Amino acid sequence: MNSTCILKNISYRARYMWRRNVDVSLVTWKTNVIPPLIEPVLYILAFGIGLGAYVQKISSDGRAYDYLTFLAPGMIAVGVMFHATFDTMYGAFVRLRYQKTFDAVITTPLSAEDILVGEILSGATKGLFAGAAILLIVTLFGLASYPSSLIILPLSALAGLMFASFGLLFAAMAPYIDNLNLPIFLFINPMFLFSGTFFPLDGMPGWVKLAANFLPLTHFVNITRAAAFGRLNPWLFLDLLYMLVLTAGVAYLAVYKMKTRLIK
Amino acid sequence: MPPVIKAVDLRKNYGELRAVDGIDFEIERGECFGLLGPNGAGKTTTVKMLTCALPLSGGDITVEGLSVNEDPRGVKYLLGVCPQEINLDPDFSVLKNLIVYSRYFDIPYSEAKKRADGLINRFHLHDKLDRPIEDLSGGLKKRLLMARALINKPKVLVLDEPTTGLDPQSRRQIWEEVRGMKKNGLTTLLTTHYIEEAELLCDRLVIIDSGKIIEHGTPGQLISKHLEGKGNLEDVFLKLTGKNLRDE
Repeated sequence: MNSTCILKNISYRARYMWRRNVDVSLVTWKTNVIPPLIEPVLYILAFGIGLGAYVQKISSDGRAYDYLTFLAPGMIAVGVMFHATFDTMYGAFVRLRYQKTFDAVITTPLSAEDILVGEILSGATKGLFAGAAILLIVTLFGLASYPSSLIILPLSALAGLMFASFGLLFAAMAPYIDNLNLPIFLFINPMFLFSGTFFPLDGMPGWVKLAANFLPLTHFVNITRAAAFGRLNPWLFLDLLYMLVLTAGVAYLAVYKMKTRLIK
Repeated sequence: MPPVIKAVDLRKNYGELRAVDGIDFEIERGECFGLLGPNGAGKTTTVKMLTCALPLSGGDITVEGLSVNEDPRGVKYLLGVCPQEINLDPDFSVLKNLIVYSRYFDIPYSEAKKRADGLINRFHLHDKLDRPIEDLSGGLKKRLLMARALINKPKVLVLDEPTTGLDPQSRRQIWEEVRGMKKNGLTTLLTTHYIEEAELLCDRLVIIDSGKIIEHGTPGQLISKHLEGKGNLEDVFLKLTGKNLRDE
């Protein structure tokens, strides 16, 4: 199996798999739509208003911000990460092992690559939806400046692709569903805490800062925060580039790994 | 007329294990062809290679002249597959299962709805139209799987152990359906380890064991060859494959 082989086997039919997963989300819409809308409100209450009352202004880029203002873009990024990663990680694992969905679809004109690209696309769609929902809430609380915050929407789509690809890769590598706890402890939780989501990384030891720069979420948070603050600058292209390269690489690896698992 | 399906020196190896060890067969237009064998003989592996769910280790299968090695998509457009395992979409209703599946074959919605309505009538699924899949009995699920396999108007229907685990009533209903489709001229590949099923439905069959074809012919030919006409196909089967249990 070489690279041209995988790319050659991707067709427009991937959208049928995407559509199937979106249709499932629409059947179970209450569990899909309500959490992304409620979660940010809880975060704003707990961290912004509860914890924020004890926190002085946070300085970032040489300016001082309310804690809630600082936190808001981080919440958007975290929401996209969780929703996209979990959709492919648990969702794809269940479709592979328990519902046997992939076995059913592989005997139709869809290739394994079509199925898996469709999976990544539907995971990304969930990430984008979560990002848009949280952005809406954040905007209603007056915590995002416009028009620069509009860039958060296409950015959430890209981050959705990136995290959905990671999720699919984890699903492909886990022999049992319990193994999926591992990437949560080792990858998702550290990102949640150390990507500049809750506090600026400036005060952390040098090695933590260095390590954080390899975490995909850090780069997504950097751009999202600059957009929400209305302070976009050319340096952010480096963050964007990192996300683009990583997304392409991980998506390829995830499809390759899952394909070898699907077709022995 | 050339055969609809032609398998030549078909092989599947898993490391040392030769799950399918060089089998050849041809399926003529309009016939019901049986693939018989004990558990683990290589029936499902053969079906999975035909339906492009498994790559071949060697040999080739063609469907209407299209090779599974070279044009798997083209082959898959021609097949209707009723799998052994129930892999319906549990989140969708009966109707939605058919509609979503039809998309995979590029069938537009209006046409899909028309076909689905027809199949729902034919397979007596109309009472359960909006029910979630988990509420259906085993027999109903199998009937829905068969209906789903026909949504793309296949040239060949592949039935992988269609009646395993069903009660006698449901089995008979599935048999009726298969006979009805045969009358309409649909080419069918049937795998089973129920010998009476093969005797009843198959025009020709092969018996496979340990990945090899050990006998082939019509049910009548096999009975007269091995038992001088006395007994049934099950006796032939046991004579050829032995009486040892196969699940160890």
